[in-house]
Amino acid sequence: MKILVTVKRTIDANTKIRVMSDNSNVDLNNVKMALNPFCEIAVEEAVRMKEKGDASEVLVVSIGDKACQEQIRTALALGADRGIHVETEASIEPLNVAKILAKVVAEEQVSLVILGKQSIDADNNQTGQMLAALTNMPQGTFASEIQIHGDKVQVSREVDSGLQTVELAMPAVITTDLRLNEPRYASLPNIMKAKRKPLVMTTPAELGVDIKQHTQLLKVEAPAERQAGVKVASVAELIEKLKHEAKVI
Amino acid sequence: MATLIIAEHDNQSLKAVNLNLVNAASRIGGEVHLLVAGYGCQVVADSASKITGVGKVLLADSAVYEHQLAENMSQLIVDLAKDYSHLVAPATTMGKNIMPRVAALLDVAQISDVIRVDSDDTFARPIYAGNAIATVKSLDRIKVMTVRGSSFDGAAEQDLSVVIEVVDSVYDAGISNLIAEQVVQSERPELTAANVIVSGGRGMGNGENFSMLDEVADKLGAAVGASRAAVDAGFVPNDMQVGQTGKIVAPDLYIAVGISGAIQHLAGMKDSKVIVAINKDEEAPIFQVADYGLVTDLFVALPDLADKL
Ligand SMILES: Cc1cc2nc3c(=O)[nH]c(=O)nc-3n(C[C@H](O)[C@H](O)[C@H](O)COP(=O)(O)OP(=O)(O)OC[C@H]3O[C@@H](n4cnc5c(N)ncnc54)[C@H](O)[C@@H]3O)c2cc1C
Ligand SMILES: Nc1ncnc2c1ncn2[C@@H]1O[C@H](COP(=O)(O)O)[C@@H](O)[C@H]1O
Repeated sequence: MKILVTVKRTIDANTKIRVMSDNSNVDLNNVKMALNPFCEIAVEEAVRMKEKGDASEVLVVSIGDKACQEQIRTALALGADRGIHVETEASIEPLNVAKILAKVVAEEQVSLVILGKQSIDADNNQTGQMLAALTNMPQGTFASEIQIHGDKVQVSREVDSGLQTVELAMPAVITTDLRLNEPRYASLPNIMKAKRKPLVMTTPAELGVDIKQHTQLLKVEAPAERQAGVKVASVAELIEKLKHEAKVI
Repeated sequence: MATLIIAEHDNQSLKAVNLNLVNAASRIGGEVHLLVAGYGCQVVADSASKITGVGKVLLADSAVYEHQLAENMSQLIVDLAKDYSHLVAPATTMGKNIMPRVAALLDVAQISDVIRVDSDDTFARPIYAGNAIATVKSLDRIKVMTVRGSSFDGAAEQDLSVVIEVVDSVYDAGISNLIAEQVVQSERPELTAANVIVSGGRGMGNGENFSMLDEVADKLGAAVGASRAAVDAGFVPNDMQVGQTGKIVAPDLYIAVGISGAIQHLAGMKDSKVIVAINKDEEAPIFQVADYGLVTDLFVALPDLADKL
Protein backbone atom coordinates (compact mmCIF):
# COMPACT_ATOMS: atom_id res chain seq x y z
CA MET A 1 0.00 0.00 0.00
CA LYS A 2 1.35 3.36 -1.05
CA ILE A 3 0.68 6.42 1.11
CA LEU A 4 0.94 10.01 -0.08
CA VAL A 5 1.66 12.66 2.55
CA THR A 6 1.41 16.35 1.83
CA VAL A 7 3.81 18.76 3.46
CA LYS A 8 3.51 22.53 3.51
CA ARG A 9 6.17 25.07 4.34
CA THR A 10 4.71 27.52 6.86
CA ILE A 11 5.92 29.89 9.53
CA ASP A 12 7.28 28.30 12.67
CA ALA A 13 4.45 27.83 15.20
CA ASN A 14 6.22 29.94 17.82
CA THR A 15 6.54 33.06 15.70
CA LYS A 16 4.25 36.00 16.00
CA ILE A 17 3.87 37.69 12.65
CA ARG A 18 3.39 41.36 11.85
CA VAL A 19 1.25 43.01 9.26
CA MET A 20 3.06 45.12 6.63
CA SER A 21 2.63 48.86 6.96
CA ASP A 22 0.91 49.14 3.57
CA ASN A 23 -1.62 46.49 4.70
CA SER A 24 -0.94 44.41 1.60
CA ASN A 25 -0.08 41.26 3.52
CA VAL A 26 1.81 39.90 6.50
CA ASP A 27 5.55 40.49 6.66
CA LEU A 28 7.39 37.20 6.19
CA ASN A 29 10.86 38.71 5.83
CA ASN A 30 13.30 37.01 8.19
CA VAL A 31 10.55 34.90 9.70
CA LYS A 32 11.54 31.39 10.72
CA MET A 33 9.90 28.80 8.47
CA ALA A 34 9.13 25.19 9.26
CA LEU A 35 7.11 22.16 8.34
CA ASN A 36 3.45 22.84 9.16
CA PRO A 37 2.92 21.02 12.51
CA PHE A 38 -0.12 19.10 11.25
CA CYS A 39 1.92 17.84 8.27
CA GLU A 40 4.62 16.68 10.65
CA ILE A 41 1.97 14.57 12.38
CA ALA A 42 0.87 13.27 8.97
CA VAL A 43 4.42 12.21 8.06
CA GLU A 44 4.87 10.51 11.43
CA GLU A 45 1.65 8.54 11.03
CA ALA A 46 2.56 7.32 7.54
CA VAL A 47 6.04 6.32 8.66
CA ARG A 48 4.58 4.38 11.59
CA MET A 49 2.23 2.58 9.17
CA LYS A 50 5.22 1.57 7.11
CA GLU A 51 7.11 0.42 10.20
CA LYS A 52 4.09 -1.67 11.22
CA GLY A 53 3.94 -3.26 7.78
CA ASP A 54 0.64 -1.62 6.80
CA ALA A 55 2.30 0.48 4.10
CA SER A 56 4.97 -0.28 1.54
CA GLU A 57 5.98 3.22 0.46
CA VAL A 58 5.60 6.73 1.84
CA LEU A 59 5.61 9.45 -0.76
CA VAL A 60 5.70 13.15 0.17
CA VAL A 61 4.65 16.09 -1.95
CA SER A 62 4.96 19.81 -1.46
CA ILE A 63 3.68 22.60 -3.66
CA GLY A 64 5.43 25.93 -3.63
CA ASP A 65 8.66 27.70 -4.51
CA LYS A 66 12.15 26.13 -4.33
CA ALA A 67 12.39 26.72 -0.59
CA CYS A 68 9.79 24.05 0.18
CA GLN A 69 12.31 21.37 -0.81
CA GLU A 70 13.69 21.94 2.67
CA GLN A 71 10.42 20.63 4.13
CA ILE A 72 10.41 17.69 1.73
CA ARG A 73 13.92 16.83 2.95
CA THR A 74 12.72 17.10 6.54
CA ALA A 75 9.94 14.62 5.77
CA LEU A 76 12.45 12.29 4.09
CA ALA A 77 14.65 12.51 7.18
CA LEU A 78 11.65 11.55 9.29
CA GLY A 79 11.31 8.36 7.27
CA ALA A 80 9.44 9.08 4.04
CA ASP A 81 10.86 7.32 0.98
CA ARG A 82 10.49 9.66 -1.95
CA GLY A 83 9.65 13.31 -2.60
CA ILE A 84 7.82 15.27 -5.26
CA HIS A 85 8.16 19.02 -5.53
CA VAL A 86 5.52 20.79 -7.59
CA GLU A 87 7.07 24.14 -8.29
CA THR A 88 4.98 27.30 -8.38
CA GLU A 89 5.95 30.78 -7.38
CA ALA A 90 2.55 31.85 -6.24
CA SER A 91 1.11 30.92 -2.91
CA ILE A 92 -1.91 29.22 -4.33
CA GLU A 93 -5.42 28.69 -3.04
CA PRO A 94 -6.54 25.36 -1.53
CA LEU A 95 -8.69 24.46 -4.55
CA ASN A 96 -5.65 24.73 -6.82
CA VAL A 97 -3.53 22.76 -4.37
CA ALA A 98 -6.24 20.08 -4.29
CA LYS A 99 -6.34 19.92 -8.10
CA ILE A 100 -2.58 19.40 -8.24
CA LEU A 101 -2.77 16.75 -5.54
CA ALA A 102 -5.56 14.98 -7.42
CA LYS A 103 -3.22 14.61 -10.41
CA VAL A 104 -0.46 13.21 -8.23
CA VAL A 105 -2.91 10.76 -6.66
CA ALA A 106 -4.01 9.58 -10.10
CA GLU A 107 -0.44 9.19 -11.40
CA GLU A 108 0.88 7.42 -8.35
CA GLN A 109 -2.20 5.28 -7.59
CA VAL A 110 -1.97 5.73 -3.83
CA SER A 111 -4.33 3.99 -1.38
CA LEU A 112 -4.23 6.65 1.29
CA VAL A 113 -3.51 10.36 1.34
CA ILE A 114 -2.69 11.93 4.70
CA LEU A 115 -2.75 15.72 4.97
CA GLY A 116 -2.63 18.12 7.88
CA LYS A 117 -6.06 19.37 8.95
CA GLN A 118 -4.99 22.98 8.72
CA SER A 119 -2.10 25.17 7.63
CA ILE A 120 -1.18 27.36 10.56
CA ASP A 121 -0.55 30.35 8.28
CA ALA A 122 -3.75 30.72 6.27
CA ASP A 123 -5.81 28.62 8.72
CA ASN A 124 -7.91 27.30 5.80
CA ASN A 125 -8.72 23.75 6.84
CA GLN A 126 -9.88 22.88 3.32
CA THR A 127 -7.35 21.09 1.15
CA GLY A 128 -7.99 17.49 2.29
CA GLN A 129 -11.75 17.81 1.96
CA MET A 130 -11.37 19.35 -1.51
CA LEU A 131 -9.00 16.64 -2.65
CA ALA A 132 -11.49 14.03 -1.45
CA ALA A 133 -14.24 15.71 -3.46
CA LEU A 134 -12.19 15.93 -6.65
CA THR A 135 -11.10 12.29 -6.49
CA ASN A 136 -14.43 11.01 -5.19
CA MET A 137 -12.69 9.51 -2.17
CA PRO A 138 -14.19 9.32 1.34
CA GLN A 139 -12.67 11.60 3.96
CA GLY A 140 -11.68 11.13 7.58
CA THR A 141 -10.94 14.63 8.80
CA PHE A 142 -9.41 15.69 12.17
CA ALA A 143 -8.10 12.18 12.88
CA SER A 144 -6.95 11.15 16.33
CA GLU A 145 -6.58 7.45 15.52
CA ILE A 146 -6.21 5.48 12.29
CA GLN A 147 -6.55 1.73 11.85
CA ILE A 148 -6.21 -0.19 8.60
CA HIS A 149 -8.49 -3.21 8.22
CA GLY A 150 -7.99 -4.83 4.83
CA ASP A 151 -9.34 -2.49 2.17
CA LYS A 152 -11.03 -0.27 4.76
CA VAL A 153 -9.64 2.29 7.13
CA GLN A 154 -11.18 3.28 10.46
CA VAL A 155 -10.64 6.84 11.55
CA SER A 156 -11.49 8.34 14.95
CA ARG A 157 -12.30 11.98 14.45
CA GLU A 158 -12.13 14.83 16.94
CA VAL A 159 -15.48 16.58 16.61
CA ASP A 160 -17.13 19.36 18.61
CA SER A 161 -19.29 16.93 20.55
CA GLY A 162 -16.50 14.46 21.35
CA LEU A 163 -15.19 11.64 19.17
CA GLN A 164 -16.62 9.88 16.17
CA THR A 165 -15.31 6.81 14.34
CA VAL A 166 -15.94 6.39 10.64
CA GLU A 167 -15.07 3.52 8.37
CA LEU A 168 -13.90 4.49 4.90
CA ALA A 169 -13.41 2.42 1.77
CA MET A 170 -9.88 2.90 0.45
CA PRO A 171 -8.53 4.81 -1.38
CA ALA A 172 -9.31 7.49 1.19
CA VAL A 173 -8.23 10.91 2.39
CA ILE A 174 -7.34 11.57 6.02
CA THR A 175 -6.46 14.84 7.74
CA THR A 176 -4.59 14.86 11.03
CA ASP A 177 -5.48 16.39 14.36
CA LEU A 178 -3.10 17.12 17.23
CA ARG A 179 -3.67 13.95 19.24
CA LEU A 180 -2.93 11.49 16.42
CA ASN A 181 0.69 10.99 17.48
CA GLU A 182 3.77 12.75 18.77
CA PRO A 183 6.20 13.22 15.90
CA ARG A 184 9.77 12.02 16.34
CA TYR A 185 12.86 14.13 15.85
CA ALA A 186 15.02 13.40 12.84
CA SER A 187 18.38 11.90 13.80
CA LEU A 188 21.58 13.22 12.26
CA PRO A 189 22.27 10.01 10.29
CA ASN A 190 18.72 10.13 8.94
CA ILE A 191 19.14 13.75 7.93
CA MET A 192 22.28 12.74 6.01
CA LYS A 193 20.50 9.76 4.45
CA ALA A 194 17.58 11.95 3.38
CA LYS A 195 19.88 13.96 1.12
CA ARG A 196 20.27 10.92 -1.11
CA LYS A 197 16.61 9.95 -1.26
CA PRO A 198 14.90 10.63 -4.61
CA LEU A 199 13.20 13.99 -5.10
CA VAL A 200 11.63 14.78 -8.44
CA MET A 201 10.37 18.14 -9.63
CA THR A 202 7.38 18.97 -11.72
CA THR A 203 5.06 21.92 -12.33
CA PRO A 204 1.30 22.45 -12.32
CA ALA A 205 1.45 22.85 -16.12
CA GLU A 206 3.25 19.52 -16.55
CA LEU A 207 0.55 17.93 -14.42
CA GLY A 208 -2.08 19.58 -16.59
CA VAL A 209 -3.46 21.89 -13.92
CA ASP A 210 -4.49 25.37 -14.83
CA ILE A 211 -4.13 27.63 -11.78
CA LYS A 212 -7.15 29.82 -11.42
CA GLN A 213 -7.73 32.67 -9.02
CA HIS A 214 -10.97 32.42 -7.04
CA THR A 215 -10.44 35.06 -4.39
CA GLN A 216 -8.67 38.37 -4.26
CA LEU A 217 -6.87 39.57 -1.16
CA LEU A 218 -7.92 43.19 -0.66
CA LYS A 219 -6.08 44.00 2.53
CA VAL A 220 -4.52 42.57 5.66
CA GLU A 221 -4.83 44.40 8.96
CA ALA A 222 -3.65 43.89 12.49
CA PRO A 223 -6.44 42.82 14.85
CA ALA A 224 -7.68 45.19 17.52
CA GLU A 225 -5.10 45.07 20.32
CA ARG A 226 -6.29 44.27 23.81
CA GLN A 227 -5.02 46.52 26.54
CA ALA A 228 -3.44 44.73 29.47
CA GLY A 229 -5.60 45.37 32.51
CA VAL A 230 -4.81 45.51 36.19
CA LYS A 231 -3.48 43.05 38.71
CA VAL A 232 -5.73 42.36 41.66
CA ALA A 233 -4.31 41.42 45.05
CA SER A 234 -6.85 38.87 46.19
CA VAL A 235 -9.80 36.71 45.27
CA ALA A 236 -12.06 39.09 47.19
CA GLU A 237 -10.86 42.04 45.13
CA LEU A 238 -11.32 40.06 41.93
CA ILE A 239 -14.94 39.26 42.77
CA GLU A 240 -15.60 42.86 43.75
CA LYS A 241 -14.22 44.10 40.38
CA LEU A 242 -16.15 41.54 38.36
CA LYS A 243 -19.36 42.49 40.16
CA HIS A 244 -19.13 46.25 40.32
CA GLU A 245 -16.64 47.38 37.68
CA ALA A 246 -16.96 44.87 34.82
CA LYS A 247 -20.50 43.88 35.85
CA VAL A 248 -20.16 40.41 34.35
CA ILE A 249 -21.21 38.35 37.36
CA MET B 1 -29.65 36.34 -4.57
CA ALA B 2 -30.39 33.98 -1.68
CA THR B 3 -28.36 32.32 1.04
CA LEU B 4 -28.68 28.73 2.19
CA ILE B 5 -27.46 28.03 5.72
CA ILE B 6 -26.53 24.46 6.57
CA ALA B 7 -27.96 24.04 10.06
CA GLU B 8 -25.94 22.72 12.99
CA HIS B 9 -28.01 20.24 15.00
CA ASP B 10 -27.97 16.76 16.52
CA ASN B 11 -31.32 15.56 15.13
CA GLN B 12 -32.98 16.65 18.38
CA SER B 13 -32.17 20.27 18.87
CA LEU B 14 -31.11 23.21 16.80
CA LYS B 15 -27.81 24.66 18.07
CA ALA B 16 -27.64 28.28 19.12
CA VAL B 17 -24.94 29.02 16.51
CA ASN B 18 -27.60 28.95 13.78
CA LEU B 19 -29.04 32.17 15.18
CA ASN B 20 -25.67 33.87 14.71
CA LEU B 21 -25.46 32.53 11.18
CA VAL B 22 -28.87 33.91 10.27
CA ASN B 23 -27.69 37.31 11.41
CA ALA B 24 -24.48 37.02 9.38
CA ALA B 25 -26.48 35.91 6.34
CA SER B 26 -28.91 38.79 6.63
CA ARG B 27 -25.93 41.14 6.20
CA ILE B 28 -25.22 39.58 2.84
CA GLY B 29 -28.69 40.60 1.66
CA GLY B 30 -31.37 38.55 -0.10
CA GLU B 31 -33.47 35.74 1.28
CA VAL B 32 -32.14 33.43 3.96
CA HIS B 33 -33.07 29.75 3.89
CA LEU B 34 -32.01 27.07 6.33
CA LEU B 35 -31.30 23.45 5.43
CA VAL B 36 -31.96 20.91 8.15
CA ALA B 37 -30.46 17.62 6.94
CA GLY B 38 -30.55 14.70 9.33
CA TYR B 39 -32.71 11.80 10.42
CA GLY B 40 -35.84 12.05 12.53
CA CYS B 41 -35.18 15.76 12.76
CA GLN B 42 -38.61 17.29 12.15
CA VAL B 43 -38.44 19.00 15.57
CA VAL B 44 -35.24 20.71 14.49
CA ALA B 45 -36.93 22.01 11.36
CA ASP B 46 -39.82 23.22 13.51
CA SER B 47 -37.52 25.34 15.66
CA ALA B 48 -35.62 26.55 12.60
CA SER B 49 -38.87 27.80 11.10
CA LYS B 50 -39.27 30.19 14.04
CA ILE B 51 -36.03 32.13 13.60
CA THR B 52 -36.65 35.75 12.67
CA GLY B 53 -35.15 36.45 9.26
CA VAL B 54 -35.46 32.93 7.86
CA GLY B 55 -37.69 32.85 4.78
CA LYS B 56 -37.94 29.09 4.35
CA VAL B 57 -36.70 25.88 5.90
CA LEU B 58 -35.64 22.91 3.78
CA LEU B 59 -35.92 19.54 5.49
CA ALA B 60 -33.97 16.53 4.19
CA ASP B 61 -34.89 13.76 6.57
CA SER B 62 -33.26 10.42 5.75
CA ALA B 63 -31.08 7.79 7.40
CA VAL B 64 -28.27 8.69 4.98
CA TYR B 65 -27.99 12.14 6.59
CA GLU B 66 -28.27 10.96 10.20
CA HIS B 67 -24.60 11.55 11.01
CA GLN B 68 -24.11 14.29 8.42
CA LEU B 69 -21.38 12.38 6.62
CA ALA B 70 -19.58 14.74 4.26
CA GLU B 71 -19.74 12.31 1.33
CA ASN B 72 -23.56 12.29 1.37
CA MET B 73 -24.23 15.82 2.63
CA SER B 74 -22.03 17.44 0.00
CA GLN B 75 -23.99 15.87 -2.85
CA LEU B 76 -27.27 17.01 -1.33
CA ILE B 77 -26.01 20.57 -0.93
CA VAL B 78 -24.53 20.68 -4.45
CA ASP B 79 -27.92 19.58 -5.74
CA LEU B 80 -29.62 22.48 -3.95
CA ALA B 81 -26.91 24.99 -4.89
CA LYS B 82 -28.44 26.07 -8.19
CA ASP B 83 -30.98 28.20 -6.35
CA TYR B 84 -28.44 30.03 -4.22
CA SER B 85 -25.74 32.66 -4.48
CA HIS B 86 -24.31 31.84 -1.04
CA LEU B 87 -23.89 28.56 0.83
CA VAL B 88 -23.03 29.10 4.46
CA ALA B 89 -22.24 26.81 7.39
CA PRO B 90 -20.95 27.51 10.87
CA ALA B 91 -17.18 27.09 11.35
CA THR B 92 -17.80 24.02 13.51
CA THR B 93 -16.33 20.57 12.85
CA MET B 94 -19.51 19.87 10.83
CA GLY B 95 -19.12 22.94 8.63
CA LYS B 96 -15.36 22.54 8.25
CA ASN B 97 -15.80 18.93 7.23
CA ILE B 98 -18.52 19.43 4.64
CA MET B 99 -18.17 22.86 3.05
CA PRO B 100 -14.76 22.52 1.36
CA ARG B 101 -16.07 19.33 -0.24
CA VAL B 102 -19.11 21.24 -1.50
CA ALA B 103 -16.93 24.04 -2.83
CA ALA B 104 -14.60 21.70 -4.73
CA LEU B 105 -17.56 19.89 -6.32
CA LEU B 106 -18.83 23.28 -7.50
CA ASP B 107 -15.32 24.31 -8.63
CA VAL B 108 -15.33 27.38 -6.39
CA ALA B 109 -13.27 28.51 -3.41
CA GLN B 110 -14.35 28.22 0.17
CA ILE B 111 -13.86 31.17 2.48
CA SER B 112 -13.13 29.91 5.99
CA ASP B 113 -14.10 31.43 9.30
CA VAL B 114 -15.77 34.65 8.19
CA ILE B 115 -15.88 37.19 11.03
CA ARG B 116 -17.25 40.19 9.12
CA VAL B 117 -19.50 40.66 6.12
CA ASP B 118 -18.59 43.80 4.14
CA SER B 119 -20.82 43.14 1.12
CA ASP B 120 -22.24 40.22 -0.81
CA ASP B 121 -18.78 39.30 -2.09
CA THR B 122 -16.33 40.73 0.43
CA PHE B 123 -15.59 39.19 3.80
CA ALA B 124 -13.05 39.41 6.61
CA ARG B 125 -11.36 36.39 8.14
CA PRO B 126 -8.56 35.85 10.63
CA ILE B 127 -5.27 34.30 9.48
CA TYR B 128 -2.06 33.40 11.33
CA ALA B 129 -3.89 32.42 14.53
CA GLY B 130 -5.81 35.68 14.51
CA ASN B 131 -2.69 37.83 14.39
CA ALA B 132 -3.88 39.32 11.12
CA ILE B 133 -7.28 39.92 9.60
CA ALA B 134 -7.59 39.43 5.85
CA THR B 135 -10.28 41.07 3.77
CA VAL B 136 -11.02 38.89 0.75
CA LYS B 137 -13.23 39.34 -2.25
CA SER B 138 -14.77 36.28 -3.83
CA LEU B 139 -14.56 36.07 -7.62
CA ASP B 140 -16.80 33.01 -7.81
CA ARG B 141 -20.42 32.86 -8.92
CA ILE B 142 -21.39 30.90 -5.80
CA LYS B 143 -19.86 31.89 -2.49
CA VAL B 144 -19.24 28.98 -0.18
CA MET B 145 -18.16 29.86 3.31
CA THR B 146 -17.97 28.97 6.96
CA VAL B 147 -18.83 31.63 9.51
CA ARG B 148 -17.51 32.08 13.02
CA GLY B 149 -20.63 32.23 15.19
CA SER B 150 -19.05 34.17 18.03
CA SER B 151 -18.41 37.15 15.73
CA PHE B 152 -22.10 37.79 15.15
CA ASP B 153 -25.02 38.45 17.47
CA GLY B 154 -27.84 35.94 17.45
CA ALA B 155 -31.07 36.51 15.53
CA ALA B 156 -34.28 36.48 17.53
CA GLU B 157 -36.89 33.76 17.61
CA GLN B 158 -40.60 34.34 17.04
CA ASP B 159 -43.89 32.47 17.46
CA LEU B 160 -44.81 32.67 13.83
CA SER B 161 -43.27 29.94 11.71
CA VAL B 162 -42.31 29.93 8.04
CA VAL B 163 -42.91 27.14 5.55
CA ILE B 164 -40.94 23.89 5.82
CA GLU B 165 -40.27 22.38 2.41
CA VAL B 166 -39.40 18.70 2.24
CA VAL B 167 -36.41 17.74 0.09
CA ASP B 168 -36.67 14.17 -1.17
CA SER B 169 -33.22 13.64 -2.65
CA VAL B 170 -31.41 10.80 -0.97
CA TYR B 171 -27.70 10.58 -1.69
CA ASP B 172 -25.72 7.68 -0.37
CA ALA B 173 -22.18 7.73 -1.69
CA GLY B 174 -21.70 4.31 -0.12
CA ILE B 175 -18.02 4.87 0.69
CA SER B 176 -18.20 5.85 4.36
CA ASN B 177 -20.04 4.76 7.49
CA LEU B 178 -20.24 5.91 11.03
CA ILE B 179 -19.36 3.02 13.32
CA ALA B 180 -19.03 4.60 16.75
CA GLU B 181 -19.67 7.84 18.52
CA GLN B 182 -18.58 9.08 21.90
CA VAL B 183 -20.63 12.13 22.73
CA VAL B 184 -19.47 13.93 25.84
CA GLN B 185 -22.54 14.55 28.00
CA SER B 186 -22.57 17.59 30.17
CA GLU B 187 -25.10 19.50 32.20
CA ARG B 188 -23.17 22.67 31.50
CA PRO B 189 -23.78 25.16 28.74
CA GLU B 190 -21.95 24.49 25.49
CA LEU B 191 -18.56 26.16 25.25
CA THR B 192 -19.36 28.14 22.14
CA ALA B 193 -22.69 29.35 23.52
CA ALA B 194 -21.73 30.05 27.16
CA ASN B 195 -21.73 33.53 28.69
CA VAL B 196 -19.06 32.55 31.17
CA ILE B 197 -16.19 30.10 30.66
CA VAL B 198 -13.68 28.81 33.19
CA SER B 199 -10.69 27.17 31.50
CA GLY B 200 -7.83 25.13 32.90
CA GLY B 201 -4.36 24.47 31.54
CA ARG B 202 -1.34 22.36 32.29
CA GLY B 203 -1.10 24.14 35.62
CA MET B 204 -4.12 22.16 36.82
CA GLY B 205 -1.76 19.22 37.25
CA ASN B 206 -4.22 16.41 36.53
CA GLY B 207 -7.77 15.59 35.52
CA GLU B 208 -9.12 15.24 39.07
CA ASN B 209 -8.14 18.81 39.86
CA PHE B 210 -10.54 20.00 37.17
CA SER B 211 -13.28 19.39 39.76
CA MET B 212 -12.01 22.59 41.39
CA LEU B 213 -12.89 24.42 38.16
CA ASP B 214 -16.27 22.67 38.13
CA GLU B 215 -17.08 24.14 41.51
CA VAL B 216 -16.37 27.65 40.31
CA ALA B 217 -18.26 26.97 37.09
CA ASP B 218 -21.29 25.73 39.05
CA LYS B 219 -21.45 29.01 40.92
CA LEU B 220 -21.28 31.02 37.70
CA GLY B 221 -23.39 28.81 35.43
CA ALA B 222 -20.26 28.57 33.32
CA ALA B 223 -18.89 26.14 30.74
CA VAL B 224 -15.49 24.56 31.35
CA GLY B 225 -12.74 24.75 28.74
CA ALA B 226 -9.09 23.76 28.50
CA SER B 227 -5.80 24.48 26.77
CA ARG B 228 -4.25 22.06 24.32
CA ALA B 229 -1.67 21.04 26.90
CA ALA B 230 -4.43 19.95 29.30
CA VAL B 231 -6.10 17.89 26.56
CA ASP B 232 -2.84 16.39 25.30
CA ALA B 233 -1.97 15.35 28.85
CA GLY B 234 -5.28 13.52 29.05
CA PHE B 235 -6.70 15.69 31.86
CA VAL B 236 -9.90 16.35 29.88
CA PRO B 237 -11.47 15.35 26.52
CA ASN B 238 -10.68 17.01 23.19
CA ASP B 239 -14.04 18.75 22.88
CA MET B 240 -12.93 21.14 25.62
CA GLN B 241 -9.94 22.57 23.74
CA VAL B 242 -10.10 26.30 23.15
CA GLY B 243 -7.78 27.82 20.56
CA GLN B 244 -6.60 28.29 16.98
CA THR B 245 -7.20 24.65 16.22
CA GLY B 246 -9.92 23.96 18.79
CA LYS B 247 -13.05 25.93 19.64
CA ILE B 248 -13.26 29.69 19.24
CA VAL B 249 -15.15 31.39 22.05
CA ALA B 250 -16.08 34.94 22.97
CA PRO B 251 -18.04 34.89 26.24
CA ASP B 252 -18.73 37.87 28.50
CA LEU B 253 -16.28 36.45 31.00
CA TYR B 254 -13.34 34.07 30.39
CA ILE B 255 -11.34 32.89 33.39
CA ALA B 256 -8.00 31.27 32.41
CA VAL B 257 -6.51 29.21 35.19
CA GLY B 258 -2.99 27.77 34.96
CA ILE B 259 -2.80 28.68 31.27
CA SER B 260 0.33 30.48 30.00
CA GLY B 261 -1.31 32.24 27.06
CA ALA B 262 0.40 30.84 23.95
CA ILE B 263 -0.68 32.53 20.70
CA GLN B 264 -2.63 29.44 19.71
CA HIS B 265 -4.67 29.63 22.91
CA LEU B 266 -5.20 33.39 22.66
CA ALA B 267 -6.51 32.88 19.12
CA GLY B 268 -9.46 31.04 20.61
CA MET B 269 -10.47 33.42 23.40
CA LYS B 270 -9.06 36.90 22.99
CA ASP B 271 -12.35 38.31 21.75
CA SER B 272 -13.96 37.59 25.12
CA LYS B 273 -15.44 40.69 26.70
CA VAL B 274 -13.67 40.37 30.04
CA ILE B 275 -10.64 38.13 30.62
CA VAL B 276 -9.39 37.02 34.02
CA ALA B 277 -6.08 35.19 34.43
CA ILE B 278 -5.01 33.22 37.46
CA ASN B 279 -1.38 32.16 37.18
CA LYS B 280 1.50 31.94 39.61
CA ASP B 281 3.99 33.29 37.07
CA GLU B 282 3.58 37.05 36.80
CA GLU B 283 5.47 37.02 33.48
CA ALA B 284 2.96 34.66 31.83
CA PRO B 285 1.83 36.15 28.47
CA ILE B 286 -1.81 35.60 29.42
CA PHE B 287 -1.54 38.70 31.64
CA GLN B 288 -0.95 40.84 28.53
CA VAL B 289 -4.54 40.24 27.45
CA ALA B 290 -6.18 39.89 30.87
CA ASP B 291 -8.39 42.67 32.24
CA TYR B 292 -7.88 41.29 35.72
CA GLY B 293 -4.83 39.29 36.69
CA LEU B 294 -4.34 37.41 39.91
CA VAL B 295 -0.77 36.23 40.49
CA THR B 296 -1.14 33.33 42.85
CA ASP B 297 -1.19 29.58 43.24
CA LEU B 298 -4.37 28.30 41.64
CA PHE B 299 -4.74 25.61 44.28
CA VAL B 300 -5.24 28.37 46.83
CA ALA B 301 -7.26 30.71 44.62
CA LEU B 302 -9.82 28.23 43.24
CA PRO B 303 -11.29 26.98 46.55
CA ASP B 304 -11.35 30.55 47.78
CA LEU B 305 -13.15 31.69 44.62
CA ALA B 306 -15.72 28.88 44.81
CA ASP B 307 -16.27 29.77 48.45
CA LYS B 308 -16.72 33.52 48.01
CA LEU B 309 -18.91 33.49 44.91
C1 LIG C 1 -0.19 23.47 15.57
C2 LIG C 1 -0.49 23.87 16.97
C3 LIG C 1 -1.81 24.09 17.33
C4 LIG C 1 -2.12 24.44 18.65
N1 LIG C 1 -3.43 24.66 18.97
C5 LIG C 1 -3.73 25.01 20.24
C6 LIG C 1 -5.08 25.29 20.63
O1 LIG C 1 -6.01 25.21 19.82
N2 LIG C 1 -5.33 25.62 21.91
C7 LIG C 1 -4.32 25.72 22.87
O2 LIG C 1 -4.62 26.03 24.03
N3 LIG C 1 -3.04 25.48 22.52
C8 LIG C 1 -2.73 25.12 21.23
N4 LIG C 1 -1.43 24.84 20.93
C9 LIG C 1 -0.43 24.72 22.02
C10 LIG C 1 0.14 26.02 22.53
O3 LIG C 1 1.24 26.39 21.74
C11 LIG C 1 0.62 25.83 24.00
O4 LIG C 1 1.56 24.78 24.04
C12 LIG C 1 -0.50 25.50 24.97
O5 LIG C 1 -1.56 26.41 24.81
C13 LIG C 1 0.04 25.55 26.39
O6 LIG C 1 -0.95 25.16 27.31
P1 LIG C 1 -0.91 25.68 28.83
O7 LIG C 1 -0.93 27.15 28.83
O8 LIG C 1 -1.96 24.95 29.55
O9 LIG C 1 0.49 25.07 29.30
P2 LIG C 1 1.83 25.82 29.70
O10 LIG C 1 2.30 26.69 28.61
O11 LIG C 1 2.74 24.77 30.20
O12 LIG C 1 1.40 26.77 30.87
C14 LIG C 1 1.02 26.32 32.16
C15 LIG C 1 0.85 27.56 33.01
O13 LIG C 1 0.35 27.19 34.27
C16 LIG C 1 0.98 27.98 35.27
N5 LIG C 1 0.92 27.22 36.52
C17 LIG C 1 1.51 26.03 36.81
N6 LIG C 1 1.21 25.65 38.06
C18 LIG C 1 0.43 26.62 38.60
C19 LIG C 1 -0.18 26.81 39.87
N7 LIG C 1 -0.06 25.89 40.84
N8 LIG C 1 -0.89 27.92 40.07
C20 LIG C 1 -1.02 28.86 39.10
N9 LIG C 1 -0.46 28.74 37.88
C21 LIG C 1 0.25 27.63 37.63
C22 LIG C 1 2.38 28.20 34.76
O14 LIG C 1 2.93 29.38 35.33
C23 LIG C 1 2.15 28.33 33.26
O15 LIG C 1 1.98 29.67 32.87
C24 LIG C 1 -1.09 24.54 19.61
C25 LIG C 1 0.23 24.36 19.22
C26 LIG C 1 0.54 24.03 17.92
C27 LIG C 1 1.97 23.82 17.54
N1 LIG D 1 1.22 24.11 -0.89
C1 LIG D 1 1.00 22.93 -0.28
N2 LIG D 1 1.87 21.91 -0.45
C2 LIG D 1 1.66 20.72 0.16
N3 LIG D 1 0.63 20.47 0.96
C3 LIG D 1 -0.27 21.45 1.17
C4 LIG D 1 -0.13 22.72 0.56
N4 LIG D 1 -1.17 23.49 0.96
C5 LIG D 1 -1.91 22.72 1.80
N5 LIG D 1 -1.37 21.49 1.92
C6 LIG D 1 -1.84 20.38 2.75
O1 LIG D 1 -3.18 20.60 3.15
C7 LIG D 1 -3.28 20.72 4.57
C8 LIG D 1 -4.39 21.68 4.93
O2 LIG D 1 -4.09 22.95 4.44
P1 LIG D 1 -5.14 24.14 4.39
O3 LIG D 1 -6.34 23.62 3.69
O4 LIG D 1 -4.43 25.22 3.62
O5 LIG D 1 -5.41 24.54 5.81
C9 LIG D 1 -1.90 21.11 5.02
O6 LIG D 1 -1.65 20.73 6.36
C10 LIG D 1 -1.04 20.33 4.03
O7 LIG D 1 -0.90 18.98 4.44
